[in-house]
Amino acid sequence: METLLNYITENEIFIYLLLFTIILGFEVISKVPTILHTPLMSGANAISGIVVLGAIILIRQTDPSNLTILIPASMALFVGSINVFGGFIVTDRMLGMFKKKKKK
Amino acid sequence: MFNLVFLLAAFSLVWGLRLQSNPESAKKGNFLASMGMGLAIFATLFFEIKDQSIFNNLIWILVPISLSALIGTYVAKNVQMTSMPQMVSIFNGLGGLSAVLLSFIELYKVSSTNTDTFFSYNITLIMSLFIGSVAFTGSMLAFAKLDGYRWSEKLILPYQHIINIVLLVTIIIFSYLYFINLLDFNYILFILIISLVYGIFFVAPIGGADMPVVISLLNSFTGITAALTGIIFNNNVMLLGGILVGAAGTILTVLMCEAMNRSLLNVLIGGFSASGKSSKKSEDGDIKEISDSDFAVQLFYSSNVIFVPGYGLAVAQAQKICKEIQETLEKNDVEVKYAIHPVAGRMPGHMNVLLAEADVDYSKLIELDEANEKFTSTDVTIVVGANDVVNPDAIDDSSSPLFGMPILKVWESKNVIVLKRSMNPGYAGVQNPLFFKDNSKMYFGDAKDSLQRLSSELKNL
Repeated sequence: METLLNYITENEIFIYLLLFTIILGFEVISKVPTILHTPLMSGANAISGIVVLGAIILIRQTDPSNLTILIPASMALFVGSINVFGGFIVTDRMLGMFKKKKKK
Repeated sequence: MFNLVFLLAAFSLVWGLRLQSNPESAKKGNFLASMGMGLAIFATLFFEIKDQSIFNNLIWILVPISLSALIGTYVAKNVQMTSMPQMVSIFNGLGGLSAVLLSFIELYKVSSTNTDTFFSYNITLIMSLFIGSVAFTGSMLAFAKLDGYRWSEKLILPYQHIINIVLLVTIIIFSYLYFINLLDFNYILFILIISLVYGIFFVAPIGGADMPVVISLLNSFTGITAALTGIIFNNNVMLLGGILVGAAGTILTVLMCEAMNRSLLNVLIGGFSASGKSSKKSEDGDIKEISDSDFAVQLFYSSNVIFVPGYGLAVAQAQKICKEIQETLEKNDVEVKYAIHPVAGRMPGHMNVLLAEADVDYSKLIELDEANEKFTSTDVTIVVGANDVVNPDAIDDSSSPLFGMPILKVWESKNVIVLKRSMNPGYAGVQNPLFFKDNSKMYFGDAKDSLQRLSSELKNL
C-alpha cells in the first residue's frame, strides 16, 4: 500500500495528465460515425507509434561503443517507425477514397 | 524552445485525432496528426540531453528511420484495400514489439548496472514489457487469423481461462522474485516469455469474425505501453499520445462491439461459442438455384434492386464488377442501392471504403435502418458474399448464437438471390435459414466470377 502511495506521489503530474487525457480520448472519439471506424482505428494505431521517441532518446543517451544496447534499440526504432509511416499512409489512402466520392 | 515544439506536436496529435472523427475533415486530421508526429520526432532528435554531445549516434537513428520509411511507405501504398485490417494488425504488432524491445533494454540496463532505481520505475517497465508483448503476439495471431484463415477457428484449450489466470499469476510472482532477488535479469526473461505466450492465449479463443474488435483493443494496449514508455523516458508527448490512443482505442472497441450488439466480455470469452450449434430445423429445407439467364432477366424487369455486399465480395475483389452491373441496370431504369450492414466486411466501415474504391456514389449506400424499411418495396435483393448479417435466426431463434444482432431483413423483399461460394456456414459457423425460404434462390460461385457472368448476361439482353 505504501509503495502504491509512493508511486502516486512520485508521478503526480503524470497521473493528472493521464486522467485528463483519458477523458479527452473518450470525448474525441465518442461521436464518430460507423463508416469512420476502420480509418480511425488505423489513424490511432499510427499515433501509438509515438513509442519511437523513446527509442530515439535511448539511442542518443547511449555510449557509441555500447553495441549491446545500440543494436536492439535501433531495431526498436526500425519496427516502431514502420508502424508510424505505414500507419499514416494507410490511413490517408483509406480516407482518400471517401474524398474522391465526395467530389462527385 | 524544444518544449514549445513538443507542445505543438502534442496539440497536433490531439486535434488531428479529433478531426478524424468527422468524414469531412478526416483526411486533414490524419495529415495534422502525422505532422505532429514528425515534429515530435524532429524535436526528440535535436533537443539537448544532459552531458551529451548532440549529434552522437545519429547514424543509429537515421538509418533505421529511413529504412522503415521506405518499407512502410512501400507496403502501405501497395497493399490491397481488402487486406487493410491485416495491415493495421501488423503495424500495431510492430508498435508493440518496439515498446517491448525498449522496456527490455531498460530493464537490462537497470539490472546490469545495478543502479539504485525507484521501485515504481521497475514496475512501470515490467508493465510496459507485459502489455507490449501481449499487443505484439496478439496482433500477429490476429493477422494470421485474418489473412490465412489458418487458426481462424477459435482454439479453446481445456481450462483456457484457468491457464490464462495461471499465466498472469506467474508473471506477478516472477516480478516479485525479480525484486527480492536484487533485480536478477533472468526473471525478466521469464516474464518476457510468459507475456508473449499470454498474448497468443489471449487472442486464440476469439473467432476470426471478431478480429477487428480484438485489433482495436490491442491497438489501445499499444497506446498504453507507449504511455508507460513515456513515463520511463520522461517524455510528456509520448505519455499524452499513448494515453490518447489507449482511451480512443478502448472507446472505439466498445463502439464496434455495440455495432454488433455484443458485449466486449462476450467477444473476449469467445462469443459465438461452439455450444451454440443448435440450429435444429433449417437443415432439411430445399434450396433453389437460379440460372444465369433467369437471374439476368429477373433483374432486367425489376424496378428496384438492392445489393447486400459482404466479405465474400471483398475477398473476391468484386466491387468494380458490382458497379458495372449497377451501371447497366441504371441504363435500363432500374434503381440500384447498396445496403451496408454496420459490420459488413471485416471491420465497421470497411465496405464503405471498398465501394468508394470502385467509385460507387455515396448516395447509393443506405444504412441498416433505412434498408430494412426499403426491403418490403424491393423487387430483387442480391446478397453478395454476406451471410451472418442476413440470418433470420438473429430475430427468430433465441437459441442461435447470433440472436439479438441487428441484421438486414432481406427476406422481406419480393425476391432474394444469394451469391455464395458454397453452402458452408458463415463466419459465425451457423446455418442460415434464409437460403431455404420460398422467395430466395442461390447462385453459386466465386463472387467475382458470378457477377461477371451476370454482367455479360445482362449486356446480351
